Order: sequence, then structure tokens, then C-alpha cells
Amino acid sequence: MRHTGTTMLVVLNKDAYSIQREQDVILFRNRVKEFAVRIGMGVVNQTKLITAASELVRNMLRYANGGDVLIEVITRGRENGIRLTFKDQGPGIPDIKQAMQDGFSTGRSLGLGLPGTKRLVSEFDIKSTVGVGTTVTIVKWKNG
Amino acid sequence: MREQSEGIVNLVVDNLNEQTIQLDPYALEPIQEYLAGISISRARHGFSPRETSFYVLSLKNAILDVQEESAGSDIAALYESTRALNRLFDELSTNTFETFIKGREDVILRQTDEISEISTPVIRVWDQILAMPLIGTLDSARTQTVMENLLQSIVDTGSEIAILDISGVPAVDSLVAQHLIKTVSATRLMGAECIISGIRPEIAQTVVQLGIDLSQVVTKATLASALKHAFGMLKLEVRKTQPPKPFMI
Amino acid sequence: MGPFLLVTIQVDLYDRLALMLESDLVQAISKSGAQGVLIDISAVSIVDSFMGRIIGNIASMARLLDAHTVVVGMQPAVAITLIELGLTLPGVQTALNVEKGMQLLQSRIRVADSEEDAPHGDDDAGSPE
Ligand SMILES: Nc1ncnc2c1ncn2[C@@H]1O[C@H](COP(=O)(O)OP(=O)(O)OP(=O)(O)O)[C@@H](O)[C@H]1O
Ligand SMILES: [Mg+2]
Repeated sequence: MRHTGTTMLVVLNKDAYSIQREQDVILFRNRVKEFAVRIGMGVVNQTKLITAASELVRNMLRYANGGDVLIEVITRGRENGIRLTFKDQGPGIPDIKQAMQDGFSTGRSLGLGLPGTKRLVSEFDIKSTVGVGTTVTIVKWKNG
Repeated sequence: MREQSEGIVNLVVDNLNEQTIQLDPYALEPIQEYLAGISISRARHGFSPRETSFYVLSLKNAILDVQEESAGSDIAALYESTRALNRLFDELSTNTFETFIKGREDVILRQTDEISEISTPVIRVWDQILAMPLIGTLDSARTQTVMENLLQSIVDTGSEIAILDISGVPAVDSLVAQHLIKTVSATRLMGAECIISGIRPEIAQTVVQLGIDLSQVVTKATLASALKHAFGMLKLEVRKTQPPKPFMI
Repeated sequence: MGPFLLVTIQVDLYDRLALMLESDLVQAISKSGAQGVLIDISAVSIVDSFMGRIIGNIASMARLLDAHTVVVGMQPAVAITLIELGLTLPGVQTALNVEKGMQLLQSRIRVADSEEDAPHGDDDAGSPE
């Protein structure tokens, strides 16, 4: 009650998952959905968030042989949201700007995963070091 | 109302009786929650902020009277407890004010939601044809609602053509135009078609000046011409009935 | 007119399942001599770029086997998401529901057949309408 008016970000709830096999993708998506439903996110935003999550988790499996995901329910003032952090120890991305372009793919695919994901969420952050790994963080606000 | 006041006075007096004039934060919590409840309900019922804060301050005066009685001639003690009471009520009224505003904001948010619901009706103008007249300024949030409503209605009614009429929209900037283009694309992806009608001359001008490409979208000047186009797509024909002829062919 | 195949996707497919669907379906088209394939995705809540590619592949493979593919029943939230993602399923035809998909297939096949039946380029010949 005494924090009303502040825009401080608070983590309300969290859960971590290890992604190793393709079957984990569906299980993980269901978990994200549960979290989104619990904060009352609408169907369209839920679909955008889960699709984005699906893209990132597939990238992790495909290019880095898996990794770990953190799901968090966050709040800033009166707005709630979901934050997902995808962390892998894969080869890393040498040129992030290039990877973020529509149509760029080293996997002979459509190259839509990263740029498309960015368009689907409210906040998007990617950090990558060659030989160390890649971390992608996305936030989807309930009404965002 | 009376009950509310008695409740709050009791809460405050209980806490002061212990003579630990420094109220600890835990003791404050129930009092603040109590006042928050009152000010939220007052905000919703349309009380003015003055009335609401007057209520809190009148409580202070009531308690001051009680203190004065129980202190008797011990002026120093009375002074101390009055100061403590003042500090307490400063805190409480700030809080009350904040919650009052929050209550009002909630009302506004709810009304905004309601307005955007009301102002985007979907009309079934013909079998297979829906129309959605948009009125008022389009922002991102509203366009999103519009898009969702329209697409859901297309699914629910199995309509092949939707007409989005923007003659009631005062201005189209590039963001709104982009949303419109996305709506058209999403409609097509589902297997239906979307026509945009009600393009006023000023809007045609700004669209071109902003360099927005609407060439992939079927646009019509009026709802009537959009409807005519839709009839054409469905191979329907509207004709004036002929006066009966003496010989039928 | 050859038969139509109707495929209803009921669960969220994971990769191997989706690839299996792809190969099963191509086998079935070839065995049955189907001229049309309807893929009903009304129960699918998530289509990501992987699923999008599977759907596109099925349509392309079907075309090589001389069959038309129509995807039906896409949910609004899925359509909005695909547009934002940038995946517009080029080369894939869509319809609102199975019934409309069927009509679309019939009209496509009629057009294709009448083109074949009219080797002299006479457009009016062979069209029963
Ligand atoms: N976690 C990762 N580790 C290493 N490289 C990555 C990772 N994620 C993406 N990349 C690189 O970035 C490129 C672009 O990724 P993006 O998801 O946009 O497209 P894609 O996976 O190639 O195709 P699509 O997602 O459309 O099927 C990939 O081809 C890959 O080279
Ligand atoms: Mg990818």
C-alpha cells in the first residue's frame, strides 16, 4: 500500500526450466500460458507471448543444444506482466544486428524468429558473446 | 458512515492508549487500510476530495477532544501527544489523498474500456457481409480491440467480407494506417476479405503525403460503394424490380 | 473429381510429430489420388515459424502431386500473431471453415479441369456454368 505511485519493478513469482529436448517446447509453452492466464492476460497477447517464447526456445535447442529459461511474473505500479529469460551456453551470435534482420538465417530457415519475436513483445533484449552463449530477455505487459 | 467513523476512532485510540506515542508501522497498517477503503468508496461515489479529507480531519479533531479530556492538566503530555497525533494524521491524509486519486483513476480506466467496447459495433449488413463503422480517434489500444472484435465476428458469423468504415475517424497517421493494413492482412490470412471505406479527401491526402502504401488494400470512398464492391465479389446483383411485362421471355 | 482429404490438427504439434504429419499426408495424397487437401487448424492455438513452415511445405508438396491445399479455421489471435511475426503463409490458400474450404477447393479444381479440357484455348468451352 505504501508503494503506490512508484514505478519500481517487483518480481511476484518465478519458476525455472531446463530445455533439453524438443518435447520440452510444448511443456514449456503450457507453463508460460498458465502464468499468463493467472495474471489475466487476454487471448491475443497470450498468443503473441507464447509464440515469441516458442521461437526463442526453438532457437536455443537448434543453435545451442538447449539451455535454461526463467519465467517471472513482474509488476510496475498497476501493471502486471510476464518476463522470460532464455539463457544458453551455445556458440553465441557474432553479429546481432544481422541476426535481428528479417530473413537472415544460418539454419536455412525463414529468419523470422528473432525480429518477429521483437515485434510480438513489449520489451526485448539480446546479449551474446561468441564462444560463451546467448541470453534473450522478453517482457510482455498484460495490456501491452 | 457512523459505524465507519467509530471503527476508525477505536483503532486510533487503541493504539494511543498504550502511551507509545511513536506508532509503529505495523499498528498503522490496519488504520491505513481502513481509510483506504473509505476513500476508494468515496471516490467511486463521486465525493469531492475536499469532503473526503474533511472527513479524515474531523476525525482528528474528535480524537484531540478525547486526548484533551484524558490529559487533564498535564500540558506537556498533551503537547507531546498532540504532536504525535498530528504526525500520524499527516501521514494518514496523504495516504487518503493518494487512494482517493487511485479510486478515481480506476473509474476512468473502467470507463475507457467501456467506451472502446461501445464505440466499435459490428453490424451484419448482409449475409456474408459485416460492417464496422469506426468513430473517434484511433490509438494503438483501441485499434487492437477493433481488430480483435472484427476478426472474431468474422469467425462467429462466417462472413467472407468485412467493411471497415473510417469516415468517423478524424485523422489517420502512419501508426493508424499500419494498424489498418495489419487488420486487412489478418482478415485475409483467415480466408476472408476486408474493405476500407469512408476515405475522406483529407485522409487520402495525408496517406499519400506520409508515403503510406495502401495499394494492397481495397479502399472505397463511401460505405455504399464498398457494399457495391462486396456484392460484386459475392456475385450478387441488386436490381430495381421491372414493371410486369405482358409477355415473359 | 478425385477425393478430398481432411486433416484436423487437434493438439499442439511438437517438431517430430509435425514432420510425421507432413510425410504421412504426402503419402496419403499420392495413394488416394486426392485433388484437394483441407487442413483444419481451428483447434491450434499457437502457430510459430516452425509450424508455419510445415504448413507451407505441405502445400508445396501437394502442389507437386497435383493437389490443392486449403488451410481452414485459423483463430483470430493466431492470424494477428502471424502478421506481427511477419509470416503470411505465401502460396497457402485459406478459408474461414471446412465448408467454405470445400467450396474453394471445388471451384479451384473446376477451373483447373476446364483449362485442361480446353486445349485450344477456348475459355468458354467446358465450363458448365
Ligand atoms: N540461441 C542462439 N545461439 C546461437 N545463434 C543463434 C541463436 N538464436 C539465433 N541465432 C542465430 O541467429 C539467426 C537468426 O535467428 P532467427 O530465429 O531470427 O531465424 P532462424 O532461426 O534462422 O529462422 P526461423 O526462426 O524463422 O525458423 C539464426 O539463423 C542463428 O544463426
Ligand atoms: Mg529461429
